[in-house]
Amino acid sequence: MDLLWDGLGEAIRIIRTGDYAIWEITLRSLLISGSAVVISLIIGIAVGAAIAFNDFRGRNLVFSLVNTGMGLPPVVVGLLVAIFLWRSGPLGHLRLIYTPAAMVVAQTIIATPIVTGFTAAALRQLDPRWRTQIYALGASRLQMLWIVLWETKLPLMAAVMAGFGGAISEIGASQMVGGNLAGDTRVLTTAVMLEVSRGNFAPAIALSIILLALIFVVSLVLTTVQQQERR
Amino acid sequence: MKGLFGLAALLAALLASIGSIACGDGGGSQETATPQPATTGTPKAATTGTPQAAAMGTPVVRSGPKEIILATTTSTEDSGLLDVLVPEFEKDSGYNLKVIAVGSGQALAMGERGDADVLLVHAPSSEKKLVDSSAAINRRLVMHNDFIILGPDKDPAGIKGMSSSVDALKKVFDTGSSFISRGDDSGTDKLEKSLWKKAELDPKGKSWYEESGQGMGATLQIANQRDGYTLSDRATFLAQKEGFVLKVLVEGDPLLLNVYSVMQVNPDKFSLVNAAGGEAFADFMVSEKAQQMIGEYVDKKSGKPLFTPDAGKTYEQIGMKTPFG
Repeated sequence: MDLLWDGLGEAIRIIRTGDYAIWEITLRSLLISGSAVVISLIIGIAVGAAIAFNDFRGRNLVFSLVNTGMGLPPVVVGLLVAIFLWRSGPLGHLRLIYTPAAMVVAQTIIATPIVTGFTAAALRQLDPRWRTQIYALGASRLQMLWIVLWETKLPLMAAVMAGFGGAISEIGASQMVGGNLAGDTRVLTTAVMLEVSRGNFAPAIALSIILLALIFVVSLVLTTVQQQERR
Repeated sequence: MKGLFGLAALLAALLASIGSIACGDGGGSQETATPQPATTGTPKAATTGTPQAAAMGTPVVRSGPKEIILATTTSTEDSGLLDVLVPEFEKDSGYNLKVIAVGSGQALAMGERGDADVLLVHAPSSEKKLVDSSAAINRRLVMHNDFIILGPDKDPAGIKGMSSSVDALKKVFDTGSSFISRGDDSGTDKLEKSLWKKAELDPKGKSWYEESGQGMGATLQIANQRDGYTLSDRATFLAQKEGFVLKVLVEGDPLLLNVYSVMQVNPDKFSLVNAAGGEAFADFMVSEKAQQMIGEYVDKKSGKPLFTPDAGKTYEQIGMKTPFG
């Protein structure tokens, strides 16, 4: 128990002194996972809308695949991305391995099925007749999509939160494609793992507290935006 | 509309993140948000480096990629030695060194596949394969320390003070005492397995023999919690904090020598290798400056030096039978 109190005290100290490059690591975690979520949102809305609005053969199979993707083990994604990005891999010449960009790629692959699944589920619930009505009023496909997304803001925010949660909390892929390099690719999760392996439990708990705080702040912001339209 | 405000905030975040990908995350470049040492980003000098760097013998970046991938071991990184050496190397040479610390098995595999530029490892018998196949070239002795057998104070197997590590393991086996192994194909793990082999015993599958599959620090944590015996390098042991209760029970056996070598991944075999960079780091590790820093590097808690610098010596001179053990 005293370990947790020590960790809390250490968290306050680290934030005050900026030790463990805490601001750099926190900002990097936010930027990498944030970028991954934004990209997965773009893909997720496009694919989610496509499979929600169009009936086609094999549609249920696609839904199953998306749901399977939600449960994709991040470390498996990390290994696959690493195999491609290693020097010995087909994309080795891009020299992306052990860079933040590689981490964004891996986290995007992890977050996209999550966002797609939530988006597709939200859009499926809409009455197709309502969409027909929008078309009848002269809306283009893009305008229709915009209106529909606006109406499903709440479940979409849930999709973003779920995707962000998946991206910011994952460690296996980030470790494998990023390498946890100080000043380069170290993020909060990999930093926690490193301190634990060194036996520095108080800093590990401190970093964990800061990570939890970060997730809370992000969800607070998103929830505020989400609730704004509530009349 | 109130909703527009929230939407604008989201769009701003979207543009900011895409902007950060474009500017900060390009292949090989660093995050713009992070404070960077002054030398990275541009080579220090076009052809000749600073007079001090040249005098110290540290080669300076001339042309080609500035990123070097060093594959090394978790125990090397956990000792803290690289935290001292790497900034010095980067400052003098202008290279950006990416230290990938994994188990020796993985580090050597990276070398075999050309996924690294230079290796700093301590598994001599396994290094032979890379040298024989020319996956790695220019293997040079850098430093050594030793392994120790740690165990609980009450020592149920009664191995304290024994001079033969092989006999000590026999007693652990006979008493069925808890033993935590790395089990991860690392240098430490390979040494431990070779000792069991010499004892002509196979502990695998026994209930008291557990494999952590993790680095030395993590394995020591487990052994500490379990009050078990374990084989560790001295550096990681000395770096353990308050609350670590296991004691050094067996040390000094020549079989327990932990020998570190640096090898360059062969650029003729792998086209993406940073040949100049790999050579620069390897040369640095055996340079007078680095060797002096290695000798002066002490454990913060005990004040004892963690490594013995050996550059220039032969493997036989430090006690090995052959350069590969």
